[in-house]
Amino acid sequence: MNAFLAIRNLSAILRGGSQRVLRSVDLAVEAGEVRGLVGESGAGKSMIGKAVLGILPSAVSIVEGEILLDGRNLLAMPQKERRRTIGTVAALIPQDPLTALNPSRRIGRQITDRLVDILGWTEANASARALELLDEVQIQNPQRVMASYPHELSGGMRQRVLIAAAFAANPKLIIADEPTTALDVTVQKQILKLIREMQARHGTAMLFVTHDLGVVSKVCQKLSVLYSGKVVEDRAVSEFFAEPRHAYSKALLAATPKYTDPFASLLPVDEAVIASVDAEVKAADREWRHV
Amino acid sequence: MSEDEPLVSVRGLEVALPDLTRKPLFGKAPPIKILDRLDFDIGRGSILGIVGQSGSGKSTLGRTMLRLIEPTGGTIRFAGQDISHLGEAALRPFRRQAQMIFQDPMSSLNPRHRVSTIITGPLRLNGFDRVKERAAEALDHVGLPRSFLSRYPHELSGGQRQRVGIARAIAMRPQFILADEIVSGLDVSSQAQVLNLLEKLVRELDLTLAFISHDLSVIRRLCSHVMVLYRGRIVEHGPVETVFDRPQAAYTRELLDAIPLPDPNQANWLA
Repeated sequence: MNAFLAIRNLSAILRGGSQRVLRSVDLAVEAGEVRGLVGESGAGKSMIGKAVLGILPSAVSIVEGEILLDGRNLLAMPQKERRRTIGTVAALIPQDPLTALNPSRRIGRQITDRLVDILGWTEANASARALELLDEVQIQNPQRVMASYPHELSGGMRQRVLIAAAFAANPKLIIADEPTTALDVTVQKQILKLIREMQARHGTAMLFVTHDLGVVSKVCQKLSVLYSGKVVEDRAVSEFFAEPRHAYSKALLAATPKYTDPFASLLPVDEAVIASVDAEVKAADREWRHV
Repeated sequence: MSEDEPLVSVRGLEVALPDLTRKPLFGKAPPIKILDRLDFDIGRGSILGIVGQSGSGKSTLGRTMLRLIEPTGGTIRFAGQDISHLGEAALRPFRRQAQMIFQDPMSSLNPRHRVSTIITGPLRLNGFDRVKERAAEALDHVGLPRSFLSRYPHELSGGQRQRVGIARAIAMRPQFILADEIVSGLDVSSQAQVLNLLEKLVRELDLTLAFISHDLSVIRRLCSHVMVLYRGRIVEHGPVETVFDRPQAAYTRELLDAIPLPDPNQANWLA
């Protein structure tokens, strides 16, 4: 087993506080594999992605653990080396394509920036690569799109541009942070299909952050369920959907509506389940302080 | 007015706006049809789901039914009365009968007001008596403790805020409520709670509900009827069982097929 990204025992706290926001997180993504990271809002899904990319908000500090990228611990590197390592091997597909693109710059420049500034490519090579990628993400007329501004594109087109930008430098790892949450279902399906094809073709390891278990069941092979910054279940997707193990995962699955099964009663996560998983988190915290 | 007459009856409804992207340098912009000749009824006590992709006219339709937008053609009858072109003063009784719940409870609840003021405000404006008592009863209905009356919106969770939005809408005891994407910002667990609550309220308070959503699983669960909009036109409309089990329009089938069910064995979904 050769995990490209391995997070070991990662704990983070809010600066000035003593409560952990990430609780001894263990998580691995192998090369060529997609791992889903699910949980409710505030569970810390995006925070894990940001920790890997080194873009945590300044109020959060990591107090323990390792983030290994290809066997090298990012957290033990000097700042400059860490940033270069992350910049060359990892990339992000963000949630909201409109805020992620600079409204006053042309699409082409926004894809080539990274190639030119970080990887030192020539402008001509970078432009050629950008064209090739826009074609790969099935954008009609890539020449015209290169010269367009973000507002001239539809939501689905913008998300395609961001996927192209993420794959531009041949990253080994991509963090996809709710990449289809802002899209319509039909567009979402096209974009998910595109992400999976690109990921498989390039053999990229992918951490796929989402709150939608339906999406996880379609694009991921493994998943981690997060509650209050703690991984409560880490399973292969096929096993998880056949039989989730943790009471919280079961409750989450039961609360997800399915149009094919409308009469299954939609149960909000039971208070007893919340109480028991909260107790589990507290117990983990007590143990952690004693170490 | 008979009991089985529909509460809302829409005929030939059209909304057109000037298309500014095609406005000539001088002169008027040509009109663009946002809603194009819609005909439908909403029966008393029914829950109509309205779906469609972004830009299909769902929200415009909702706002027109509430007469926040004046139609450019056709008629809207509410409880037998034609409200299509009534002026603000004449609309007042209707305004009390038709309420709205908004998508984002954070931006639709005034952050500087306590829950009590948020719920009693519209009651006072409409000349209700016992406003405090009515606000407290509304909170009972949505399952929030009365102590929440003294809280501010930022002190509440997303699901609780959405319940306050619902309480504000039902406090007036309306006949009709429009809910525009009210669960799309919520986690599945809070979403399940809000859906169960709406179901209960429709029964207990004799409400008629129009529920705009892009989530067909939610619509199948909650609604009695569904209307599929595509580019401002109705492509399919009927009882949910019929539309989901035997969709007629190709676009409806495409929408259904695009839903990722939480099941890794859903056949060839990404193929």
